[in-house]
Amino acid sequence: MKVFIKCEEANHTCDKTQYKEASFWEKIKLNIHLIYCAACRKYTARNTKLTQVVDKSKPKTLGTEQKAKMEEALQREISK
Amino acid sequence: MGTEKLFPNTWVERYADYLYNYTIVRVNDHEVAQDLISETFLAGLKSKDNFKGEASERTWLISILKRKIIDHYRKRNSRKGKAEVRMSYSDQDAEGDWLEERVKDPFDKTAEDVMQNEELGLAILGCMDKLNEKQAAIFKMKTIDSFDTEAICNEFNITPSNLWVIIHRARKSMADCLETNWF
Repeated sequence: MKVFIKCEEANHTCDKTQYKEASFWEKIKLNIHLIYCAACRKYTARNTKLTQVVDKSKPKTLGTEQKAKMEEALQREISK
Repeated sequence: MGTEKLFPNTWVERYADYLYNYTIVRVNDHEVAQDLISETFLAGLKSKDNFKGEASERTWLISILKRKIIDHYRKRNSRKGKAEVRMSYSDQDAEGDWLEERVKDPFDKTAEDVMQNEELGLAILGCMDKLNEKQAAIFKMKTIDSFDTEAICNEFNITPSNLWVIIHRARKSMADCLETNWF
């Protein structure tokens, strides 16, 4: 198993980490990569911040059903 | 005359979530918020000839929504037979400076925190509007609604690696956008 990974793979692992889907070994490889790669360090920092920001502000979405209802009402008006 | 135009066909897809987040902190009731947004879209459609094209579509819809929210509180106050609450509601600085909201501050948060979080939420949704449709939809499902990777893949008929590429691009532009607009 190789320890040193490419930036591409590092970014991919970083994305997965944001959704808690990276495995333990993947995270180790990512962290080893981050020791020597400034670009990925920056990406990881920004990515983590994005996750924090979304968690903190908790934007809500309307359900698909409700949106469909709105869409229907709107389309009815449009076609009038 | 400005250059902005209206596309009522895309309103629900593009702005429903944004308007919902704007409304929910102000009326604190899911059903009411939904009704208000629906009314806003219809009112917007009705008066679309009045749109001068100077503001963006979203700003314009928000201005209609504001009126609807005010009307909602007026109605509610009169229904309960309360004395009319006099509110000075100016569009600029006092946004969200409602009597009702002042009362409803949760105990563990300061009013500033709440306001900041609300603005942040709107900034996030505003940035999502700049992503392309598929990216935005997938990013939303994954990040806000926390769907499984597998479920999203099935829904959009893509492979997990497709999904991660889309997520990666979306996250990148989201970070860029928020960096200029928020951080």
